[in-house]
Amino acid sequence: MTDDLRQLKDQSRYDFTTEVAYAHAVRPGLGEDIVREISAVKREPPWMLEFRLKALQVFLRMPVPTWSVDLTALNFDDFTYYMRPTEKKAGSWEEVPAEIKETFDRLGIQEAEQKFLAGVETQFDSEAVYGALKREWEEQGIIFVDMDTAVRDYPDLVRAHIGTVVPVGDNKFAALNSAFWSGGSFVYVPPGVEVAIPLQAYFRINAQGLGQFERTIIIADEGSKVHYIEGCTAPSYSRQSLHTGVIEILVKRGASARYTTIQNWSRNVYNLVTQRAKVEAEGSMYWVDANLGSYKTMKYPAVVLSGPRAHGEIMSIAFAGDGQHYDAGAKAIHLAPATTSTITSKSISKGNGRSGFRGLVRINPGATGAQAKVACDALLLDPYSRSDTYPYLEVHEDDAQVEHEATVSKISEEQLFYLMSRGLSEAEASSLIINGFLAPFVKELPMEYAVELNRLIQLQMEGSVG
Amino acid sequence: MAESTLEIRDLHVSVGGKEILKGVNLTVRRGEIHALMGPNGSGKSTLSYTLMGHPHYTVTQGDILLDGVSLLGLTPDERARRGLFLAMQYPVAIPGVTLQNFLHVAVSAQRGYGEQARQQGDSRIQARLMPMGLFRKELDEQLKRLQIDPLFLRRYLNEGFSGGEKKRAEILQLALLRPAFAVLDEPDSGLDIDAVRIVSEGVNRLHAELQMGLLVITHYQRILNYIQPQLVHIFYKGQIVQSGDASLVAVLEERGYEWLEKEVGG
Repeated sequence: MTDDLRQLKDQSRYDFTTEVAYAHAVRPGLGEDIVREISAVKREPPWMLEFRLKALQVFLRMPVPTWSVDLTALNFDDFTYYMRPTEKKAGSWEEVPAEIKETFDRLGIQEAEQKFLAGVETQFDSEAVYGALKREWEEQGIIFVDMDTAVRDYPDLVRAHIGTVVPVGDNKFAALNSAFWSGGSFVYVPPGVEVAIPLQAYFRINAQGLGQFERTIIIADEGSKVHYIEGCTAPSYSRQSLHTGVIEILVKRGASARYTTIQNWSRNVYNLVTQRAKVEAEGSMYWVDANLGSYKTMKYPAVVLSGPRAHGEIMSIAFAGDGQHYDAGAKAIHLAPATTSTITSKSISKGNGRSGFRGLVRINPGATGAQAKVACDALLLDPYSRSDTYPYLEVHEDDAQVEHEATVSKISEEQLFYLMSRGLSEAEASSLIINGFLAPFVKELPMEYAVELNRLIQLQMEGSVG
Repeated sequence: MAESTLEIRDLHVSVGGKEILKGVNLTVRRGEIHALMGPNGSGKSTLSYTLMGHPHYTVTQGDILLDGVSLLGLTPDERARRGLFLAMQYPVAIPGVTLQNFLHVAVSAQRGYGEQARQQGDSRIQARLMPMGLFRKELDEQLKRLQIDPLFLRRYLNEGFSGGEKKRAEILQLALLRPAFAVLDEPDSGLDIDAVRIVSEGVNRLHAELQMGLLVITHYQRILNYIQPQLVHIFYKGQIVQSGDASLVAVLEERGYEWLEKEVGG
């Protein structure tokens, strides 16, 4: 079998659509009528509708950002802002419709669940259709539900937190999400509770031209510990898709939260995401972020270190192949004394792919003794690929320690020759070198995800070699 | 049955338009040990890289044959899979790739696991690899024989390795890849006397076990006290200028390389 055929075969595992009967879909395009329709279909309380309507006004006022990836071809009226695949949410695997099961089977989700999932919130298009939460979590008082359920069952918690870490007007896409959000997860971990097994959510876009606007809120109460994992795969479409998620995380005093994403959207998705965590005194936040898919991505996971000795880490990788452009990065905002942050970014570009890193470290007045470290490494696979680094350092305290390192390297001919002289094909040799480059990141992933990531990298590589 | 040979015929090689090898002729039969001795800059390493198929070296004339089949036009991995091995003088570092992981991938490639998976259209990573249990068993045995601490396997390939560690890692690869012919380029450079002994014992044992054909490339005679060649070739200005038995080593030791200038000319 030729490499091309094999690659097609491999990619088909990720690129497929399943015919699904949609229970409800709004007309394509934007408008107040659509916001009202979504809110009505979801039977939301009036405060939620108001939140959405205000957000729509903010969205309409704000200009499309021009400082990052080129968005001039993005037309908001091309997308459908709400589709719901089934009328009612399934409570067990048996109740999940056959077509959706088939999609999950092809993705291997059920198998994965058997192996290591303790509970899964799966978002199929705009709605969570399947959720199983372990009894022991309920006993511990942990809440892990889709956002619609949270609005209905925990309205006070949602109302008190939505838009507090990522304000509606933070950026145009956060405003868009606030107006049209659908799905996403709500997690609350009570004080002192440690969630032993990661909470996992799979997100899928399955309808052509469907915008997906998940809204996720995670609250780690004082002294608690939680790890949330989001893995994304998406089928291919002929038209462009839009994903603008908003993730808000509140890490209270002494708590620790980790959020892991493996993003593999199909190559026509605009992925414009706002992820931010507010970290109180002595709390820790870890963003672990892998980007392999999508057409264009803007994504800057952020930590706002608001209490003394709060700690934030942002570890990310991006692999931009032909036609892809990432403007990804990280932000660390130090507001309090003795706060610490590290930003580690690794990017790979091949073909005419572009992978940019935009990192902001701000040490505000009053953040005495703050320490921040930024390291970004770029690996270029051929002469046409491109990597840009935009570091922004704003330091307002004299005793702050801020370090910044950046490297750009190429796969050397000597490395390839050495590995090939041991019997490795050129593609195998390149993959091994890339795996090595990414090793410090992969170590941060649970084993199953490390395997999946290596697999995706191999697919990405084989597209370029041979 | 035809004899198994590595044959170099009238080999001319250029780098960047400059001719470095000017007609090398040499035949190594399986089971033989040849030494190629010469001063720095004589083209010894060019010969070893060319044999393995490094893309920087252009063969302008002549041929390299393994068991009568030309290797020219084959990539380094294809040459490796046909049974050729080069222990390099300066092995490069591959950061982030552990020695164990590398060995697993390399042994699997060499033994055809990857090729088999490709042919069957099986694209799973594990399908391309030799089963871990089997691999570990072989690996542990070789580690013991070469007196290598298993902790060494967790380090990144050649990264921060001392000279001695690099050479041992090369010989460990030789032991696991089990080639028919091996070129050892300065196998003792950077080694203390104990390490020379361990490395050369390993090479001698493998030579006996596999009936390998060996070409030992060296500037100094020291390693040849441990790995004893049947045939010695003196290499000078891109050519073999003299061949003989092991007694040539003593001549070189006594006279150095300066006399070549006079006898062979500039």
